[in-house]
Amino acid sequence: MSKQLNYSKIGLLVGLECHQQLATRTKLFCSCKPRLFKGEPKVTFLRRLRPTQSELGQVDPAAYFEFKKGVRILYEADNETSCLVEMDEEPPHPLNPEALEVALTVALMMNAKPVDEIHVMRKTVIDGSNTTGFQRTCVVALNGSIEVEGKAVPIEHISLEEDAARKTGAEGFEIRYRIDRLGIPLIEVTTGPVIQSPREAQRVALAIGRILRATKKVRRGIGTIRQDLNISIRDGALIEIKGVQELELISKVVEYEAKRQLGLLEIRDELKKRGVTEDEIRGEFHNATELFKKTKCRVLRKAINQGKRVLAVKLPKFSGLLGREIAPGMRLGREMADRARFWGRVGGIFHTDELPAYGVTEGEVDRLKRLLKAGPEDAVVFVADTLENAADALRAVVERAKEALRGVPEETRAANPDGTTRYMRPRPGAARMYPETDIPPIQITEEYLQELASRLPELPEEAVKRLMVEYDLNEKLAKQLVDSEYLGLFEDTVRKAQRVSPTVVAATLTETLKALRRDGVDVEEVSDEQILEVFRLVDSGRTTKEAIPEIITWLAEHKDGTVEEAVKELGLTVISGDELRSLVDRVVYENEAVVKERGEGAFGFLMGVIMKRYRGRLDAKVVSELLKERLKSLYRG
Amino acid sequence: MGGNHDLPSLPGYKGEALKILREAEAQAGDLIRIFKDGTSYEGVLMPRSEYGDERHIVIKIRSGYNIGVRVTADTRVEKVGAGAKVTFKPPPPPKQRPNLPRVSILSTGGTIASRVDYRTGAVRPAISAEDLYSIVPELSDIAVIETEVIFSLFSEDLTPKHWTRIAETVAKRIGEGVDGVVITHGTDTMAYTAAALSFALQDLPVPVVLVGAQRSEDRPSSDAALNLIGAVSAAAEAPFAEVVVAMHETVSDNAVAFHRGTKVRKCHTSRRDAFKSVNVNPLARLADGQLTMLTEDYRKRDHDRELTLKPNFDERVALIKFYPGMNPRLIDLYVDLGYRGLILEGTGLGHVGRKCFPSIRKAVERGLIVAMASQCIWGRVNMNVYTNGRDLLALGVIPLGDMLAETALVKLMWALGETDDPEEAKALLRTNMAGEVSARSIYI
Repeated sequence: MSKQLNYSKIGLLVGLECHQQLATRTKLFCSCKPRLFKGEPKVTFLRRLRPTQSELGQVDPAAYFEFKKGVRILYEADNETSCLVEMDEEPPHPLNPEALEVALTVALMMNAKPVDEIHVMRKTVIDGSNTTGFQRTCVVALNGSIEVEGKAVPIEHISLEEDAARKTGAEGFEIRYRIDRLGIPLIEVTTGPVIQSPREAQRVALAIGRILRATKKVRRGIGTIRQDLNISIRDGALIEIKGVQELELISKVVEYEAKRQLGLLEIRDELKKRGVTEDEIRGEFHNATELFKKTKCRVLRKAINQGKRVLAVKLPKFSGLLGREIAPGMRLGREMADRARFWGRVGGIFHTDELPAYGVTEGEVDRLKRLLKAGPEDAVVFVADTLENAADALRAVVERAKEALRGVPEETRAANPDGTTRYMRPRPGAARMYPETDIPPIQITEEYLQELASRLPELPEEAVKRLMVEYDLNEKLAKQLVDSEYLGLFEDTVRKAQRVSPTVVAATLTETLKALRRDGVDVEEVSDEQILEVFRLVDSGRTTKEAIPEIITWLAEHKDGTVEEAVKELGLTVISGDELRSLVDRVVYENEAVVKERGEGAFGFLMGVIMKRYRGRLDAKVVSELLKERLKSLYRG
Repeated sequence: MGGNHDLPSLPGYKGEALKILREAEAQAGDLIRIFKDGTSYEGVLMPRSEYGDERHIVIKIRSGYNIGVRVTADTRVEKVGAGAKVTFKPPPPPKQRPNLPRVSILSTGGTIASRVDYRTGAVRPAISAEDLYSIVPELSDIAVIETEVIFSLFSEDLTPKHWTRIAETVAKRIGEGVDGVVITHGTDTMAYTAAALSFALQDLPVPVVLVGAQRSEDRPSSDAALNLIGAVSAAAEAPFAEVVVAMHETVSDNAVAFHRGTKVRKCHTSRRDAFKSVNVNPLARLADGQLTMLTEDYRKRDHDRELTLKPNFDERVALIKFYPGMNPRLIDLYVDLGYRGLILEGTGLGHVGRKCFPSIRKAVERGLIVAMASQCIWGRVNMNVYTNGRDLLALGVIPLGDMLAETALVKLMWALGETDDPEEAKALLRTNMAGEVSARSIYI
């Protein structure tokens, strides 16, 4: 499947929904700090979310199913990062004006038209990620447009919404969520479905991200920007893929999804060719527990020992199609397993396309096929769990098999870190947006908009140019800085630590931090104030620029530590005066032979030895002067 | 809510916005297009909140979001299509199981018994048995339910006259032989009504359960369903025959507490567990489908017991909260208005400043019953400890032990409703009628 697709031929259309957390002082609907907490929760409480009827009296089937099964949500909280508002124990406070201002600023930068009166809505979400059972969200502006490499990309909506709680675990019927993230302001930028290739999707996301960062009011770090992708191909379906956290992954996710849809269409055609009809897929479940009584498959044996059952179902003429790879790592069998997990809460499924394996023997497969009267062209799917779960799981498998006859089922999928996706839930119905009656509408005046327009932040391209001129940065560094979310800190640092070269500051904030992150250092733990303090120490000569990576690493690992402590602990205070002099003497003495041979020409070599041994603790300029002096005196002597 | 009587087709719209919509012959629910400033907005015309101004039109755009569009001099509205008629088709109600206990649900209004009409934005009562079953299908496994709307009011709009009507309706239902009565009620004054019914419905044979919600029923996170399940379960099967309030025990959705009607108070503006029993433990709790009594001291369910209905209240009783610097003339005012009783919500063990003494003396001399509860909420008044307390006793102020001030107000209204003889009323006030006072202060 590595062949290059012709995306325009298959009619690929992609729309982006870019979500970015804002770095406001407080959350969107209360005065809590927009921060996460680590460690054990101080408060826990248990809730059940009951699917409510839409205005037509309908109840979302997936939601009702979850509820009926008795799914409960255990919420975790502490008193710093959440209050009664996040607990849904107090009505929301008025919309945070600081967040609104950022959203309106972005809207104006994207040439969008702010709405005259903002109405906060409730978008039904009952997976537990919102304590209320809905997400509060509002459209701030409509009909914008940005230019990406010469093409105008329409921006349909710019919205402001509350971030959801984060999932911290699930056990049986109990899901755990932490509500610290709930209520952090998110700006959502939605493009029209006009993007025609994976690479273009990535470039548009980058361009949107740059504009958002230009406000200097965005949070940074893993998870603070998330992309949802709406992807369709001709004859396929509109698939919503949620939660792509890394920009680099976007093109891969789009590519895989296009392939997945193509692969599913091929399977549809193949099934048609084989003459399968929906009525044929009957969903008769057979108890195959007896057959696996003596199996060597550990998963099955364990389940049977726990008194669970093995249920099996025949999928007529599906042989070979469940195991066929439709996109890297994605198979119809796996899609069925995802559905079975969601609807049946089972660990996974077995299917004959992948057997014999996992300790299941050829003999067992044969007997199973005989039990279900399955021929060589048929596939058999089976699952081991309680009777209820197993039946729910197989019902979901059968439903997915029927959908395979129709092509690509509409669904919401979640992105995996490797670019593949998995089934998340059915696509929610259209009528799930209701007014938030607890928050009065907010009117946006012309005067306010004019005032905002008069102080818009500079666009990313302008910033790059200005950085090159003003601070003498090269273009690459300037661009990296503008893309890095650290532009504000850079300008602050350069102003307050004037003896440090801007290039050093810029390289530290981009390349150094990136390298540290790659090495697994949790750079996000280090505050802007701390980074500034590090540069101040360099500025005053108390430590050196070479010591910066070590200090930042130490700070990331010592949450409550100060910069002073880091320098002390790491022994990174600058060596100077007599200590430095004797150090230089020692190195000259140790390398007497070289000095004798090369005389003053040994300077470069000795300098290298010293700096290597005491890197981070020496001011190279001072060392060089001392060394020159010493060599000169020796030579003369 | 409401207030849309004159123009049901364009609810909430006034002034300029109303004029332009009328000219376009648009109605709420219609698809319209608004042209202004060189752009256009298309969406379904939504009702406007009656608190909204006259200059904005609210539409629901295709993505489901609502936005408000300001009407300017060059704004034009065009009706694109008639609205699809929205009909609410609730799912079929679950099967009734006739051998289950019979429970009567009486609705008085409030958050628990309402749902939003998304087309008009109005809140309508949702109280037919079908409504309740479709909202909380579990109810059909607990009881056979019959429903009646007594009125549909926010609880702060209720008066003692409404308590009388509720009491009479409950008595009628019990007379018809139901196994229990549930009353849905706004939470703000639910504790007052609970106290009133506790005095008005004497010798109860079956439970009377007041229930409310702190989060409206149309939200997935509403506390209404669990509270209703708790209330109906108790009405159907609880071993007690008392007036109680059923609400969340904690902020979690796992237990309902049943509070004695005379000892309960709303102690939080918004939390699910706002209702607390004061100076006593709750009467019972329901968790995991299991009802547990938390005291042995309660009136037992007995179908054969004959209910005594005493539903009259005299509204000429006031609750006066003393505060530093209070003008004693406020007391005189009530006397001049012809009031018959005053409950003083005093400080600490039951005190008011000496400046008030002459007015209190005058009130007592004029025949008013003056009694003392404490604004501390928790604890018992004791007016023998300090001089001020002893002096107040000497003036004729009646100490009310550990009775809640709100319960004391309701009880004095009831006592004076029952009798014109002040001495008799005083005697009633001093007698424990419905668990409103206890002799012992237990450590909770």
